[in-house]
Amino acid sequence: MPRPGFVLDVDKSTPPTLFWHGEGFRLEKLPADRSRVIYAPEPLDAIDDVDGAIRAALLNPIDMDPLPSLLFAGMKLTIAFDDVSLPLPKMRRPDLRQRIIEQVLTMAADAGVDDVQLVAALALHRRMHEFELRHALGDRVYDAFEPRGLLTQHDAEDPDNLAFLGTTDQGEEIEINKRAAESDLLVYVNINLVAMDGGWKSTAVGLASYRSLRHHHNPTTMEASHSFMDQHASELHKSTWRMGKVMRDHGPKVFQIETTLNTDTFPQPFDFLAKREWEWNAKDRALYLATAKSVAKLPSRSARKLFHGIEAPHQLTSIQCGEVEAVHKVTTQNVYDQQLVEVEGQTDILTLGIPYICPYNVNSIMNPILVMCTGLGYFFNLYRGKPLVREGGVVILTHPTSNEFHPVHHPSYIDFFEEVLADTTDPHVMSQKWEKQYAEDDWYRHLYRTTNAYHGVHPFYMWYWGSHGMKHVGKVIIVGGDAATVRKLGFTPASTMNDALEIASDTVGRSPTITHLKTPPLLIADVK
Amino acid sequence: MKALQVSRSVRKLGMARIASAISPVTATKLGPLEYASVDPPDLPGPGWHRVHTHLAGICGSDLSLVEGHASLYFEDWVSFPFVPGHEVVGELDDGTRVILEPVLGHEARGFAPPFDGAAPGDGDDYAHLATGPLEPGIQTGFCCSTGGGWAPEFVAHESQLHRIADDMPDERAVLVEPFAGGIHAALLAAPVVAARQDTGRPAVVAVLGAGTMGLAAVAGLRRYVPDVEIIVGARYPHQQQLAKAFGADVVVGPDGLQRAVRRATGCHTIGDHLSSGAHVTIDAVGTSATVVHSLRMTRPRGRVVLLGMPADVTLDLTGLWHRETELKGAYTYGTEHLPDGRTVRTFDLAIATADALEAERLLSATYPLSDHVDAIAHAATAGRRGAVKIAFEVAR
Repeated sequence: MPRPGFVLDVDKSTPPTLFWHGEGFRLEKLPADRSRVIYAPEPLDAIDDVDGAIRAALLNPIDMDPLPSLLFAGMKLTIAFDDVSLPLPKMRRPDLRQRIIEQVLTMAADAGVDDVQLVAALALHRRMHEFELRHALGDRVYDAFEPRGLLTQHDAEDPDNLAFLGTTDQGEEIEINKRAAESDLLVYVNINLVAMDGGWKSTAVGLASYRSLRHHHNPTTMEASHSFMDQHASELHKSTWRMGKVMRDHGPKVFQIETTLNTDTFPQPFDFLAKREWEWNAKDRALYLATAKSVAKLPSRSARKLFHGIEAPHQLTSIQCGEVEAVHKVTTQNVYDQQLVEVEGQTDILTLGIPYICPYNVNSIMNPILVMCTGLGYFFNLYRGKPLVREGGVVILTHPTSNEFHPVHHPSYIDFFEEVLADTTDPHVMSQKWEKQYAEDDWYRHLYRTTNAYHGVHPFYMWYWGSHGMKHVGKVIIVGGDAATVRKLGFTPASTMNDALEIASDTVGRSPTITHLKTPPLLIADVK
Repeated sequence: MKALQVSRSVRKLGMARIASAISPVTATKLGPLEYASVDPPDLPGPGWHRVHTHLAGICGSDLSLVEGHASLYFEDWVSFPFVPGHEVVGELDDGTRVILEPVLGHEARGFAPPFDGAAPGDGDDYAHLATGPLEPGIQTGFCCSTGGGWAPEFVAHESQLHRIADDMPDERAVLVEPFAGGIHAALLAAPVVAARQDTGRPAVVAVLGAGTMGLAAVAGLRRYVPDVEIIVGARYPHQQQLAKAFGADVVVGPDGLQRAVRRATGCHTIGDHLSSGAHVTIDAVGTSATVVHSLRMTRPRGRVVLLGMPADVTLDLTGLWHRETELKGAYTYGTEHLPDGRTVRTFDLAIATADALEAERLLSATYPLSDHVDAIAHAATAGRRGAVKIAFEVAR
């Protein structure tokens, strides 16, 4: 029986807590009697017969007819799927997307459907590399579809392949992938890693254009989403629901397939990363020491390669198909069942160890913008109810935060860092002053469409993700980061955790209460 | 009098050049600059004045001489031994405070000016710089007949002197000469800016380097060249702040300059070059690397202004040929024709600019002549030591 999540009150006998620090770690001794550490629940039991579960779900959808009955000869079928940003870390082969799509294709073939196309739902993310597509879809699907031009990656900047579906009652425009829009059936294959994912966000975001996305990917909406993991308190989700209504009335029929994973995140020899420190045995301690010391000696490129090579053992805990909203309700509950941890009240300080990976640097570099986004956009928002840190409190991140960018994946990030952050760190100001220039920059557009670059506007969106967190807290400190880079982000650098706590005392006093959210593995704090 | 003097010594120049790779202190100690007793220069004739130095700046061209990096080009245009120092504020025998416009022009050398009202730097025949009654020397500070500002006194011709108001502090006045150089470079951008065809948006002028000259160019662009977006590549934080304060629209690190220009012009990057780029790039550094960098980010048929003294550079000029880029030197100053139709002396613009911007904020430290080794070392490493302009202060 897996144990639920746990909130440890730190006392003098508590061993140091493991903090992520990019492609490395720190062991930090948090102050006794006023600190707590939140640990993720242990992995739920996985479904043993994955293929059987997939088949059963396809044949028994929620509020829709079974998939085979929706398939017919002469129809236009599009299968869209989540891109490389999910899951994290990448899962061991065979990827769930492959297993699901193979079954959908088998059913389509049985029904005589011969107009089938696959679309990677990139939104404004970078195009996936071939090896990433092969990993997600398997060689058989890739080799059957890609050479014939039937496996495409959504191009949000291709006016000939976008379809305008209408506007919501609040004037939000919905423009999505034309092939998907004009299909008789759009099957969406999702991996729901966190409660934010899935639902109408899959199609109304993953297959949308900038024209559509700007209506919810903006500072006002993001700032009013409390939190992204709590859909009913998230303006982002409300916007996608409104768009979903237009999709339902004017778009294609959508057959949504959603899956949830357990929190089995790290394979051996990295499984000590998911353990609670006081339960480390001699082998865990030795593995920690060996890993930490060897990673510290590696050049950053090698360390990055080592970590991005990790394939997570996380496994399927549920799959449900059918009508988008009905499916997503079940999915969200399944995510909560795995990830929710009850926590009592807020503290003055929230500490977060930022790991080597986030959704936007798979096989890439965690640049400073993504450090901010991961800390204040993602981890800060891993709550339901209210934030783990009180309003006006302090967030302390640990990460090297070097001034390093992937030139192919993140070209506009480099300019954003140099140009926009030199001017302002205020999401609203940059939105008004700079966003349009970057969104419409012809060179970024060219790179997004023809290489593996994120869209020109993407660094803005990353910054906006953190706008609620930035507005909520009084100070952000990064421990162990490059000082100049940290300052450029508008944050305060600190060399050690003690140094950070000393700096924080200006904002929260000399004896602040502290929460450390130990993630990954992923969890959602249900703050009462 | 005790003054700093540069002698012609191939051995010392060579040693300075080698030692400069180690440290500016060593280069100064081993090089051709000596703190020695020298005779004050005689007045060459009517119209000449004796100037008693208050402050004399240390310029990049001075450093290249002291460190043995100056081009052999100057062999025939200077006369040894000479007292350096061409950024000078001082006073005449009667106590009148003056700034030196250091070019030894036609009038100073006894030749007819190229046109009525010409400034010392005007003209398209430089014969007068190496002939006539004075020994060769492009400027005061490179001529053995006149002396220079790195001494308690030197001589200057009436045509070289600008009398200054009582309320202009010496610390500001000593910046006027480099400001004039920067403003002259800025004004070399004006014809290209005016002639551009894409007039719907501001012309982009990139400035590479934000030492004294780069900052002066920024100031000149902002004040005298309308309708430009100024993008500056500045290495150090204090330089970046000053560039912004002097009117730059965008300030980035030098590595980010090409990217910023691309952003501003909305063009593509093709290989190492921008597909389009800045209408004008002002290179205020003057190394092979910066000239190459400037050529890469300047649009076809654009102009690269070389403000920093480049000496020997190695360049692949294929891109220049293909893009029909104009490479334009920016040595000094003289008579300027402003975009608004006015004809003015660069020094008058520089005085007004120095006043408006309170240029004394660029003067980071002063040293007595006897501490010249420390002074030169400070000037050679000004950027990373948070400084901009270093000067000698001469006690009377």
